Amino acid sequence: MLTAEEKHQIDHEISLVPAPKNACIEALKIVQHSHGWISDESLKDVADYVGMSPAELDSVATFYNLIFRRPVGRHVILLCDSISCYVMGYETIKEALHEKLNIQYGQTTADGRFTLLPNCCLGTCDCAPALMIDNDLYRNLTVEQLDEILNKYT
Amino acid sequence: MEKPLTQHIVPGRAPLSLKEYEQVGGYQSVRKILKEMTPQEVQALVKESDLKGRGGAGFNTGLKWSFVPMGPDAATPKYLVANADEMEPGTFKDRVLLEGNPHQLIEGMIVAAYAIQASISYVFLRWAYKVAAREITKAIQEAYDAGYLGQNILGSGFNLDMHLHTGVGRYMCGEETALLNALEGKRANPRAKPPFPQVSGLFGKPTIVNNVETLCCLPHIVNNGAEWFKKLGLTADAGTKLFGVSGRVKTPGCWELPMGTTIREILEDYAGGMQDGYLFRGLLPGGASTDFLVEEHLDLPMDYPSIQAAGSRMGTGTMIIMDDQTCPVGFTLNLQHFFAQESCGFCTPCREGLPWVEKILLAIDKGEGKPEHLLTLDFHTKYLGPGNTFCALAPGAMEPLQSALKYFREDFERHIHEHHCPWSKAKAWQPSI
Ligand SMILES: Cc1cc2nc3c(=O)[nH]c(=O)nc-3n(C[C@H](O)[C@H](O)[C@H](O)COP(=O)(O)O)c2cc1C
Ligand code: SF4
Ligand code: FES
Repeated sequence: MLTAEEKHQIDHEISLVPAPKNACIEALKIVQHSHGWISDESLKDVADYVGMSPAELDSVATFYNLIFRRPVGRHVILLCDSISCYVMGYETIKEALHEKLNIQYGQTTADGRFTLLPNCCLGTCDCAPALMIDNDLYRNLTVEQLDEILNKYT
Repeated sequence: MEKPLTQHIVPGRAPLSLKEYEQVGGYQSVRKILKEMTPQEVQALVKESDLKGRGGAGFNTGLKWSFVPMGPDAATPKYLVANADEMEPGTFKDRVLLEGNPHQLIEGMIVAAYAIQASISYVFLRWAYKVAAREITKAIQEAYDAGYLGQNILGSGFNLDMHLHTGVGRYMCGEETALLNALEGKRANPRAKPPFPQVSGLFGKPTIVNNVETLCCLPHIVNNGAEWFKKLGLTADAGTKLFGVSGRVKTPGCWELPMGTTIREILEDYAGGMQDGYLFRGLLPGGASTDFLVEEHLDLPMDYPSIQAAGSRMGTGTMIIMDDQTCPVGFTLNLQHFFAQESCGFCTPCREGLPWVEKILLAIDKGEGKPEHLLTLDFHTKYLGPGNTFCALAPGAMEPLQSALKYFREDFERHIHEHHCPWSKAKAWQPSI
């Protein structure tokens, strides 16, 4: 069930576009913001609300890298795996993260704290390697900084 | 040296508020056009200034606008979209403008919207730019409060609304017709042209999509004139340009310099030359979808015709340097992995071809390559090239590949003959998932 607050926000997005379904990505963002991801149930709720079939909405949802159709941890780590970060040795960061968190790409730590995902260029290539955790960007990364960074997130 | 676009950007400091921006001449161009110029005059001025789109293709901006239907019979509403998606690997120039001076972008957008008589505008911003999102939201509100946005702007009768739209991550959203689909709440597949977006774009209405840097040039052209803008460039190309360098150089970064500054000057005077212990081997001049240039090209001026004559493209003007300790096969593989992953899957050559290319490069990188693999790669550079796919993503992907095969062929051959990667340091690139 969509909450009253979610409906209120989605209604606002719908008011800006010609047809409710034009606001479907915004609606997915709103629901993901409160739940962390888009479950089948949420997908159906949003689809009903904007007048699409769940299959149609799913085809949109799965197109975008940052709409999560599987549960994620409390914090999502996006590690840039694009060219400048590659040249600047992002692979050592990747290996250190795999080791410290004991997970591979696409997995969530056993305590539900982190999900680790690869991400293309974060647009800060002059400060490579880089990663993002939730809304925070970390640049000019070294392996030594990782513990301190990860410790900020509970 | 004049740096109109970045003159008010101080790294590490918050961007100018609307008040501060006005004190240094901000929004004067809006006052001027609303009072003194017709939309057609603004279009003509920008065409005359020879401003070329900074999003990669380099098409004359005023000319692009001139295809928008004008006059009382034109469809309404018309839309203006600032393309702030910037997901091309190696590209980080628009971020500087978005985070550093959002009012300059808003001012440029008002100029562009007035020129085509658009009444609704969007900033299509990529998700990762959180600081930019915060600053733009604030700046849009300030502009509304001051009467630069909304109804009857400065009493002129001109109306313009502006919305910030944040994407949810897909490289295709930067392609202008795919961007329109994304804004309409659809998959970001590109659209067939014609009809061009200028005639039938967002929600079927006339729409202009312009790059952030392109839009930021506009207030300065209005304030200082077309001749002034042309003279900013050192060569035939007009204006200044944000050039960036990433890779193993001493001081990577982004600088506003005259169009036509040589690659060597940018690399040595601004980026500080190569880091100690690393030698230059090649560079992509303007993002991941441009052809490699090598040592012999370093004295070329960075402008559209010169870089094109050398077999590459200016693209976004943000260079990626390949040093002598980075394996060219691994480098190319990383790029192709990106393009294969980001292919929208709409047309078969790209959907099937790019993963094939990635697979072959991975095999070569791991020492499992066969001589005939190079032929297969050559074949792909032709059949995924311009004209064979629905949009420019696949041809863009082929640019670094075809030039790597040209300039670094020996490295590819060594991998195949020696059955391993000669760069002991570089581990084989691991595809992400
Ligand atoms: C796959 C692909 C991605 C693109 N990404 C961007 C982008 O992130 N930003 C941008 O301004 N242009 C991008 N472009 C170019 C746009 O399609 C379009 O040419 C540009 O936004 C037009 O603006 P301009 O005329 O001001 O350069 C991309 C093109 C392609 C084919
Ligand atoms: S070339 Fe690739 S990205 Fe472009 S339409 Fe075809 S499949 Fe999509
Ligand atoms: S390549 Fe990693 S931030 Fe651009």
